[in-house]
Amino acid sequence: MWAFINKLRSPKWFYAISAKLQPLFWVAATLLLGVGTVWGLAFAPEDYQQGNSFRIIYVHVPAAFLAQSIFVSMAVSGLVFMVWKIKVADMAATVMAPLGAAMTFVALFSGAVWGVPTWGTWWMWDARLTSMLILLFLYLGVIALRGAFSSRDSGSRAASVLAMVGVINIPIIKYSVDWWYTLHQPATFTITGRAAMTMDMWAPLLMMVVGFYCFFIALTLTRTRSEILRREANKRWVRELAEEAN
Amino acid sequence: MTPKRKQKLFVILGLLSLTAIAVGLTLYALRANINLFFSPVQIAQGDAPMERQIRAGGMVKEGSVSRDPESLDVEFVVTDYVDDLEVYYSGILPDLFREGQGVVVVGELQADGRLYADKVLARHDENYMPPEVAQALEEAGYSPADFQAKAAEVGKRLEQQGVPQASDY
Repeated sequence: MWAFINKLRSPKWFYAISAKLQPLFWVAATLLLGVGTVWGLAFAPEDYQQGNSFRIIYVHVPAAFLAQSIFVSMAVSGLVFMVWKIKVADMAATVMAPLGAAMTFVALFSGAVWGVPTWGTWWMWDARLTSMLILLFLYLGVIALRGAFSSRDSGSRAASVLAMVGVINIPIIKYSVDWWYTLHQPATFTITGRAAMTMDMWAPLLMMVVGFYCFFIALTLTRTRSEILRREANKRWVRELAEEAN
Repeated sequence: MTPKRKQKLFVILGLLSLTAIAVGLTLYALRANINLFFSPVQIAQGDAPMERQIRAGGMVKEGSVSRDPESLDVEFVVTDYVDDLEVYYSGILPDLFREGQGVVVVGELQADGRLYADKVLARHDENYMPPEVAQALEEAGYSPADFQAKAAEVGKRLEQQGVPQASDY
């Protein structure tokens, strides 16, 4: 266990292992998202009340899941970086933030588009929508804070602290629909497939959710690798790598 | 783990739990403001202010919608299966508006006990189903609204038994 963690400390080792892992996740993401999109948008049955506008769920729910999961991953990476001083964790947190912000935006935007035909409004200051907007601001804050310091180490530490504190917002987002009266309805999708949806609606949604997660892992691996090369550009192993490539 | 790292970990975890407690207490104190709407029970108890814009939410009672054929005026009853609230509205209703559907109405409570709405928003529950399934349910004698009624019934029963509810004040 400790040997494994010690290995993780080395960007070189991470660079080598991620080279093997990343194609797997890229292939899985492409397949799942491809099949899930076609199945969800074209073949899944329409809803008895909402008709076809219900299909927004196939983008909205996975994006919202990812928006929250990425923030938690970022906070955990921040903790690992702060306590164990593992640089790779900080690099991963750096590259996760823009994707998380994008996913939060996608969830908010698709929700607004969905809200117009179903609720009759695109925005309401209810607990779910507001806490999700706060998440977007937290993401932007983490990104801005990281860039606001002249020394990279200070920026990393400040961003880690904000990510760790901001993670308190995640259970608030998740349980907002249960704790308070909101316009947003409670959760439909669960991994166990509770009967809030029929199987032929749930299966493509599951594919989309897993596909989005694979996409997140694949993109994080690829971008962390570039970040490693960028930050370790002066290290011997990177120079040797560059010479080999030439 | 070296003692220094352990100390750092505890400092961070302690800081986080303090922040969590602070946020939790703030949200608890603000719970009445965070709720998007008053339910008819709360309005019947007099929790909602009169003649000020408020939001009320619940289900449109079955058989309560009456439209004026000459205009856009519509009257309906919003219920939480415990108390009822009469709503008067003049305007275009959202597509999902129907009897048995969840709604949030924005408007003012008047002295006659009715709510004069400026805006009606439809709520949607978390259940989705293909039209055939909904039809099969109806043929079997159920309607999707029944699930909501059932949930409210169970909630009311638990409340009477003194089990604390998420929506309790």
